[in-house]
Amino acid sequence: MTSSDETRWDAVVIGGGHNGLVCAAFLGRVGRKVLVLEAEEQIGGAGRTHEFAPGFRVSMAHLLNRLHPEVVKALELEKHGLDLSPAHQVPTVALSSEGKPLILTGAYGEGLEGADASEKQAWAEVRAQLFRYADILKPLLARRPPSLDGMDLAASSAWAMTGLSLKRLGREDMRDFLRVLLMNVADFCDEGLQDDRLKGLLAFDAVLGSHLGPRSPTSLLGLYYRLAGELGGAPGAQLVPAGGTGAVMAAVRKAAEAAGVTIRTSAVAAKVFVEKGRATGVMLDSGEDIRAGKVISALNPATTFLELVGPQHLDTGFVRRVSNIRMKGDAAKLHLALERIPAFNGLPQQYRNARLVIASSTDYVERAFNPAKHGEFSPEPAMEITLPSIGDPSLAPTGASVLSATIQYAPYLLKEGWVAGKPKLLEAVLSVLERHAPGIRKTILHSELLTPADIEARYRMPGGHWHHGELQADQMLMSRPVFGAEGYHTPLPGLFLAGSGSHPGGGIFGVPGMNAARRVLGGRA
Amino acid sequence: MNADMTVGTKPTEIAHRLALQPHFRTLRLGTPFQPRVEALSSRQEWYDWAGYKAPSVLWDEELEYFAIRSQAAVFDISPMVKYRIEGPDAEGFLDRLTLRDVTKLRPGRVHYTAWCDDDGHVLDDGTLFRLSDTRFRLCCQERHLPWLLDSAIGFGVEIEEETEEIAALALQGPTSWSVLEAAGCPGTERLKPFDIGTFAHEGEEVTISRTGFTGDLGYEIFVNAGHALSLWDRLFEAGKLFGIRAIGYAALNRARIEAGFIVANADFVTAEHALRSDRVRMPDAIGLGFMVDLKKGYFNGRRAIEKSRANGGPAQLLVGLEIEGNVPAEHAIVYHNAKREVGLVSAAIWSPTAKRNIAIASLDRRYGRPGTADLWVEIYAMRELQYIKMMKRAKIVPRPFIKLPRRIATPPGRF
Repeated sequence: MTSSDETRWDAVVIGGGHNGLVCAAFLGRVGRKVLVLEAEEQIGGAGRTHEFAPGFRVSMAHLLNRLHPEVVKALELEKHGLDLSPAHQVPTVALSSEGKPLILTGAYGEGLEGADASEKQAWAEVRAQLFRYADILKPLLARRPPSLDGMDLAASSAWAMTGLSLKRLGREDMRDFLRVLLMNVADFCDEGLQDDRLKGLLAFDAVLGSHLGPRSPTSLLGLYYRLAGELGGAPGAQLVPAGGTGAVMAAVRKAAEAAGVTIRTSAVAAKVFVEKGRATGVMLDSGEDIRAGKVISALNPATTFLELVGPQHLDTGFVRRVSNIRMKGDAAKLHLALERIPAFNGLPQQYRNARLVIASSTDYVERAFNPAKHGEFSPEPAMEITLPSIGDPSLAPTGASVLSATIQYAPYLLKEGWVAGKPKLLEAVLSVLERHAPGIRKTILHSELLTPADIEARYRMPGGHWHHGELQADQMLMSRPVFGAEGYHTPLPGLFLAGSGSHPGGGIFGVPGMNAARRVLGGRA
Repeated sequence: MNADMTVGTKPTEIAHRLALQPHFRTLRLGTPFQPRVEALSSRQEWYDWAGYKAPSVLWDEELEYFAIRSQAAVFDISPMVKYRIEGPDAEGFLDRLTLRDVTKLRPGRVHYTAWCDDDGHVLDDGTLFRLSDTRFRLCCQERHLPWLLDSAIGFGVEIEEETEEIAALALQGPTSWSVLEAAGCPGTERLKPFDIGTFAHEGEEVTISRTGFTGDLGYEIFVNAGHALSLWDRLFEAGKLFGIRAIGYAALNRARIEAGFIVANADFVTAEHALRSDRVRMPDAIGLGFMVDLKKGYFNGRRAIEKSRANGGPAQLLVGLEIEGNVPAEHAIVYHNAKREVGLVSAAIWSPTAKRNIAIASLDRRYGRPGTADLWVEIYAMRELQYIKMMKRAKIVPRPFIKLPRRIATPPGRF
């Protein structure tokens, strides 16, 4: 079967998640004729908003904390409906089941409530240091990773020096930056802080979405990744989007459409056509054949290479590397439809819209991680909670509430299997919630727990991993997703990668999509 | 054994464990033919072939060589690494793995091929037997199971190493078919070079192919290890009047140099063995460029090979040399204008059949084209504790160095 019209696209983008749309929009803006193929009925991938109970809507990705300013600006996302106004920016609260919560106000704790004066002072210093160092890494997380192939040593080190902006630091600070770069977050926090709640929060944020505990080497990198994000010019800021993350996706969609991009939903790519050693188009599972000058996959790299392209068009060593990408998710997602807004212990009314974190200490997070190493989940999981319907009442019926929680840890390959394990994990999570918000269980109208296996199936994320590949040192920069496909172009001419599996990684970020578009426009075959 | 390790362990358990670990007790394994080869080895000169005890010389290198060229020589090739590759996608798997077009290899045929890594560097060369539509045997020098298994990702194919289960003999020389005829192997007269056939032996089917490493009339026979000795006896009984002789590698090596064949990790360094980054070789650099089939689909290393060709090709070329005089130039340095170092000889003999002093050498590309004038080799000959240094003229000549009509005559000549 061939496509009904003889349209020849300059580029076809597989995957209508945010990165696919961003990539398409960047290409469309310079006059390329671009088609986006989205397998689901809705665009947005894990950022889409769905109704999980009658009248209750939620998004898998419930927070926005790193949508890149260049993406926002170049695609004029605010003009297309993205609302980054400070009104929606929310603080973070480290909950405590017994004592008082600790509240980080402003962008990642510009202010600290509920701590003593000396800890406030210590936090101000640690925070400043963290942002100073995250700032150095920021350019690395925005541009294309360095290539070991095309650069001599001098060029590479020049790149690294500029990229790292090490010169901006004083000698002592530079030394310390290099010292702590690959440290674990637990030791780092112990050096400068006293408050267990604060250390638990930082530990949680550092390991969120990865298979690391706070005491695992390199776990501090995850915190830098988090803090390198910014919103509306405020580093570390976060917001719970009005309309759910789906509204953000809608803005990106509008920007793409304004750039002339055509978007097709319910169009499942089954195969990338390879002719004379080049990617020449996409075959849909309906048999429809779509030809394009460039094929850009915003899907998972393993899905792209092993399923859509097929090993027969690739080298064995490359296939071996792709098969070995570590991407077993270790987080679950809980959605609760509640009769009324839950009351968390000691949480002041005005902070109910905050990101609420249950991770009372570094040890709490580390203990939650221990069973995950052995294919089990902890009876005391750590979690991040939002109540999106507080900021946007349209997400729940009047008076009712949506609770959205990311549960850390939930190993993809659960030893007992998720059929048996899922009700037990739900029970564990609800017990923890009940302790922090007594009475909450009685108000539950409906619950939806997404294990990594569910996330994999629903969002087409192998391993249920939202970064499409562990975001750890061995899978970063030129090793992301694998050597040979690190620069958004791939060994197969005409095929590009634009998803979170590529550098710099996941979250609602947009940089992989933006960089991929630049690579395509940069004249790469 | 460390005393601590055995505390609390029963002697029977230790014995059991030791029984499971024979590998370091027998550093060189015997092949299924070992009792027969051993009995014929009056010289007891052995070498290590892929972990097996293999004869370099059995009784006389010179006479063993002439057994290949004038009689029927038997060489035990059981240590050759063998893989069984089977499944609906076996053809596609091998087409992506190797350089030549496997879709053109018909069942019942063999071809000589090679395979590369992602960078287009040769991992090994070998022979590919197509036993049926969906079943193949790959024979080679080095072990490749992890590479083959990783190459099988996405293909419906099963791969198993069968080196130990399958014993193999090369039967080579002008009387080799007469031996088969006398042994009662009907149908073998119809085998053309690179054909595969079968004959019955003790209620089993034995695979025979008209292939070899000598450039002579010859066959390779594959039999289940359990029937190896009776097959050997059957051939030697039948071959009595045809001068059948077992031979060692030294004699075979002479024949293969005459035939112009290269040996992995002797004439080139395979990609997985090379420690130095400039020692790896693309097919074009070792005379295997003819295998690279750009008319077929993708295969491992293709993009790298095409890129190298677009950039002018490899830095070295493998060539045949004819050298004046009669002193073998083994591992001699090759010079241009007797001054500039341009390459190295990897194998060299005085060829008794060609009556020429021949060599296989790798030369810098500029000097590796046919017709290059002014090439010299420097030969150091040890003569009673003194090197005699000779500068000899060399010229590039085509391989093979000998062409024997009997190699391809079908039906083969009777003795």
